[in-house]
Amino acid sequence: MPGANGHSDTSKAGNTSAAPVTFLEAIKQAMFEEMERDPAVVLLGEDVGVYGGAFKTSEGLLERFGWERVIDTPISESAIIGAACGMSYVGLRPICEMQFIDFILCAFNQITNFVAKGHYLWNAPAPIVIRGPSGGGVHGGPFHSANPEMYFVHTPGLKVIYPSTPSDAKGLLKAAVRDNNPVLFFEHKFLYRRIKEELPAGDYTVPIGKAAVRREGKHLTILSYAAMMHTSLEAAEALAKEGIEAEVIDLRTLLPLDEETILKSVKKTNKVLVVHEDTKTGGIAGEIAAILCEKAFGDLDGPVLRVTSLDTPVPYSPPLEQYFLPNTQKVFTAAKELAAY
Amino acid sequence: MKKDLTRQQHLDLYYYMRLNRAVEDTMVKLFRQNKIVGGLYSSLGQEAISVGTAYALEKKDWLAPMIRNIGALLVKGVPPRDIFTQHMAKYTSPTLGKDGTSHFGDLDKLHIVSPISMLGDLIPVMAGVAIGGRYLGQKIVTMTWIGDGGSSTGVFHEGLNFAAVQKAPFVLILENNGWAYSTPVRRQVPLDNLADRAKAYGIQSYIVDGNDVAAVYSTSKEAVERARAGEGPILIEAKTFRRMGHAQHDAADYVPPEMREYWEKRDPIARFEKVLTEKKLLDAKSKKEIDTKLQTLLDAERDFAENSPMPPPDLAEKGVYCTGDDCHKIRPKWERPVSEVTPPRSSVKPVWVVEGFGQGKGTGGGIAPIHFGDTPASQEKSGTDEKPAPKSPAKSVVKKSAKVAAAVAGARKARR
Repeated sequence: MPGANGHSDTSKAGNTSAAPVTFLEAIKQAMFEEMERDPAVVLLGEDVGVYGGAFKTSEGLLERFGWERVIDTPISESAIIGAACGMSYVGLRPICEMQFIDFILCAFNQITNFVAKGHYLWNAPAPIVIRGPSGGGVHGGPFHSANPEMYFVHTPGLKVIYPSTPSDAKGLLKAAVRDNNPVLFFEHKFLYRRIKEELPAGDYTVPIGKAAVRREGKHLTILSYAAMMHTSLEAAEALAKEGIEAEVIDLRTLLPLDEETILKSVKKTNKVLVVHEDTKTGGIAGEIAAILCEKAFGDLDGPVLRVTSLDTPVPYSPPLEQYFLPNTQKVFTAAKELAAY
Repeated sequence: MKKDLTRQQHLDLYYYMRLNRAVEDTMVKLFRQNKIVGGLYSSLGQEAISVGTAYALEKKDWLAPMIRNIGALLVKGVPPRDIFTQHMAKYTSPTLGKDGTSHFGDLDKLHIVSPISMLGDLIPVMAGVAIGGRYLGQKIVTMTWIGDGGSSTGVFHEGLNFAAVQKAPFVLILENNGWAYSTPVRRQVPLDNLADRAKAYGIQSYIVDGNDVAAVYSTSKEAVERARAGEGPILIEAKTFRRMGHAQHDAADYVPPEMREYWEKRDPIARFEKVLTEKKLLDAKSKKEIDTKLQTLLDAERDFAENSPMPPPDLAEKGVYCTGDDCHKIRPKWERPVSEVTPPRSSVKPVWVVEGFGQGKGTGGGIAPIHFGDTPASQEKSGTDEKPAPKSPAKSVVKKSAKVAAAVAGARKARR
């Protein structure tokens, strides 16, 4: 049942009607359309221009918008973020690409101390988007597989988005570009080419800070996001065969967290399992468990359980990585345990 | 290239240095009365740098001060009350009490970016403002300061290197005051001149006596106008001395007394007073007038700050995010046709053209190839001690092929 490398096989997921596009194509479309719409939107990052990005998410952008708007930078993540912030001060809306999201930590200080605090401290909003490929399951090893979202969820002033579908990716990225705050946008690279979906026609955005109910259910709630969303849905299908109806919620935005949707679901199912690919300690599951204790303790009929990666660096060798990552079987087992309460 | 200053320029530079010192003297008194919240950092003896550099900027230009650049803020038009209320953490301060010291800014009118305590972070930010301004066709120059200590941070290198490859209209003032807290400069950097750091980025640099305000101004003015003309970023090392400790709590006993005496004899205000007196631009009467003007101004500004309320406690949880339609007011101010940066005029052939070798394989139809290696000759001049800078920073590294060296070294020419 578990997909290769811990991830579900999502190649068949999504709408099969006319012209479905990949997650990667959705990202490209979002940037293209936003740059087409507003000349204040620019893109900067390593190899984003002539090469079109390490994953080709910016292919064709330089050709259309020119090098002043699609800037190949030196390998200097702090400079990329700092410069983007400065550009936003004269009214531009820069998108920064981290070639792999792991490298965002090279700019940690610039993001958390400079960009995130600007509006609170001196009324200087910095409408920049920082995006890049994240996540494991593709044998990228310890420095090309990270899920660093929680470093930033802990930083007031930032917004953190981690979508699971092509249509959300496009709509949320466009919303991020138009947002007046610094937005971090994580793109799970396992999903880049494995998942296709028909996108809504025309210009659309998906609201930041709103979760989506992916599957209705009454016995327990599974909260997840990004690649683990698909693993959770696959587990829910297997649970249904055993008479357990899981409600599956896609968080989509981690900061601000959509507490309303979570609390509403818990009121109905009274049981919560949180599934994420990030490591366990300090992951969003712990924060959600605390929120549920504070705000929904009376609604809970069982413990809040977590299925997450291990508290280790992401290992390289496939059997190690598979062992490290959550998978459908682990979600299925935890959900059955929870349902038995 | 140095032109004589006008009478008004002389008097302005003198007034702002006096104002800078008087503002800080007032704050020392407030500190001793326990009216300053937190630390107080002094620029005593370094006023010529803050004032002379900022005075070289135009109104539309941008600056980002460091902790000891109170003088630059005053020149840019910040009223002393803002500096007092910041240090006293009052509700009337520019940050409403959310931050102190020189940590405030004004994007809208004065074009000031707030510093943070992590040194060097402002360098890529101000490079970004410069690149953004150029993109909009604004012909602005941006300026920030860094100390001898801060010039060893990673982001100093990242920011200056990025500014250099982008040929950003950006001027960096490296204020070498000899001490990073208690560590002397020779324990920080194995160089006689910190201006030599510029060589690593292939940019122009100058060295100036930081206690000679006229020299600081003339050098800065030249640098600002060269940056504005498209010659790329410029580094100015201003040599000076930090006469007080790192902050008020620090007696700085680690400084040799002879060193302190040497620099006290070179006080920038006393020196410039001598110049003004010799040029008959200042006499006892006009000096007295300035004394009175400063006293009246600062008494009123200090009274305003002292009588200001502290912020309401629940302000602490407000303003983390920019929300609402009128929160973000900065709109791009285009001073070039937008059509230049939108298709079809913006479209280019996505191909690297490497001088001497031709081009790589492209994917699309061609309009304008992108060139490496068309560095204008003017970029290769250096102001540092009149010594020419190496023509190509990469030349010493890539000796085998001049073609490769030229291609690697060259920045893409700003095409507007």
